Amino acid sequence: MAHFPKPAEGSWTQHYPGLGTGPISYRDSFDPDYWQQEIDSIFTKEWLCVGRVEQLSRVGSYFTKEFAWANRSLVIVKDQGETIRAFHNICRHRGNKLVWHDYPGEETSGYCRQFSCKYHAWRYALDGSLVFVQQEEEFFDLDKENLGLVSVACDVWEGFIFVNLDPQPSQTLTEALGELATGLAGYPYGEMTQRYSVTSKINSNWKLFIDAFVEFYHAPILHQQQSTSEEGQKLAAVGFEGLHYELFSPHSMVSSWGGMAPPADPRMVKPMENFLRSGLFGPWDKPAVVNNNENLPPLVNPSGHRAWGIDSFLLWPNFMILIWETGWYLTYSYWPDSPNSHTFESSLYFVPPETSSQRVAQEYAFSVFKEFALQDANTLEATQSMIETGVVDTFVLNDQEVLCRHHHAAAREQVAAGRRPDAYPWMPAEVSA
Amino acid sequence: MSAPLALPEEFADLAQFEDWALETWRERYEKRLASTVDEMQALYDAITPRIEEILSYCDRHDVAELPDEVRNLMLLLFSLCEASLPVEIWRQPRVPDSGAADLTMVAEPRL
Ligand code: FES
Ligand SMILES: [Fe+2]
Repeated sequence: MAHFPKPAEGSWTQHYPGLGTGPISYRDSFDPDYWQQEIDSIFTKEWLCVGRVEQLSRVGSYFTKEFAWANRSLVIVKDQGETIRAFHNICRHRGNKLVWHDYPGEETSGYCRQFSCKYHAWRYALDGSLVFVQQEEEFFDLDKENLGLVSVACDVWEGFIFVNLDPQPSQTLTEALGELATGLAGYPYGEMTQRYSVTSKINSNWKLFIDAFVEFYHAPILHQQQSTSEEGQKLAAVGFEGLHYELFSPHSMVSSWGGMAPPADPRMVKPMENFLRSGLFGPWDKPAVVNNNENLPPLVNPSGHRAWGIDSFLLWPNFMILIWETGWYLTYSYWPDSPNSHTFESSLYFVPPETSSQRVAQEYAFSVFKEFALQDANTLEATQSMIETGVVDTFVLNDQEVLCRHHHAAAREQVAAGRRPDAYPWMPAEVSA
Repeated sequence: MSAPLALPEEFADLAQFEDWALETWRERYEKRLASTVDEMQALYDAITPRIEEILSYCDRHDVAELPDEVRNLMLLLFSLCEASLPVEIWRQPRVPDSGAADLTMVAEPRL
């Protein structure tokens, strides 16, 4: 029995007829040739979030991103004019990697006045221009003007820094974000600067972890023990239903209930949650800056349900923003290292604590979050290894897994089109028009 | 012998848990994995009955400029966050079925 209303068609999935309801193949999650096509027609064509403006706090702050899957290394920097720029991390003299510490393959961050190459000391200003050549007179017809760093398309939306590996992106960042560009704007992301960032190498295709985070059907089961035993059994018996699902193809969102912060009855949660007023849903006491959720962005909490707990947005292709009712946000990125492995990155963002109690409540929220992430991560390896056997060809997805169905389909379509198609068959008419 | 962990006088007895006063999440997590549930239960039992008292004591100081002894107390609370999970849920140091899964902390707030 549905506890929350579904669309008139009877299900979220049938609300988008182009998606179908049949079993789907997971060959797209281990086939090496398909993976390469995803790199070629999705990851090297789309805008990819690489971080937040707060990570580049002053002129000269930089960080690198290693995109080994595309054979690319980037350096992202705040230049003298406070513009955030991205460059290919290669010296124009003889090709040495420009910015790295100790291990050339590892990401790094820091601050500098200029970039100086470790090999022969060519130097570049923060805007990429070549400003110093060692023994310049030894060169022949050196055209310094045209020997600046090779730039990469870079733009900022709501403080999130995006790059695009396509030398000529077919869309601006705002165009690519579509309805989300304004629909998710205005949240006080910039006030939530208390950041916990973790990364992990996961032995699964990148899409499998997205699957695990765009459906909560697994949550009452896989994570059952993380609730008190009585509450855990109750949740498992009831199962999970989303409040709302919506496609903004190729992006998507799910809205979920979450009445545990604070719980109706203290016995529903672990003693530590009561001691610290915090848990998986974050600290229970909302920071003033969210104004009691009076000014949520237009696409957040679309059902307006009083039991609303969290909205989870997939910003195509590999970035997720989760906005919690309790007044903080979480991001996930998935980098496709190989057909059956990826690098997972996650960041929790809170308002800087004003008291020690708030500080401990945030620490506990991180500790609990990480227990869930560890459970999720290891399950993926178990899934990947078995779908790769090919013993079973197709798998069935239920209505609460509509977003799994959708993002695999969106990838297929983009691969088939060679790049993002103009319209997806399941897009609502008013959007594709 | 080095001096015992500096703590506010009211909580001086918690100095017996000084090897839980660790600066980074990674150190706290590794300490958790290397400890027995009984050892973590002892930390839990020593702090949780007084946790309200401890928190209100800490709250009397500016969280941005905690004196050393209060800061140490906070580090013990951070370790309790980590250690409470095996104590309250798992009854073993590791998350069950988490196999080789691990996380690297890239950035974390420091006290
Ligand atoms: S390769 Fe960079 S200065 Fe020679
Ligand atoms: Fe999960």
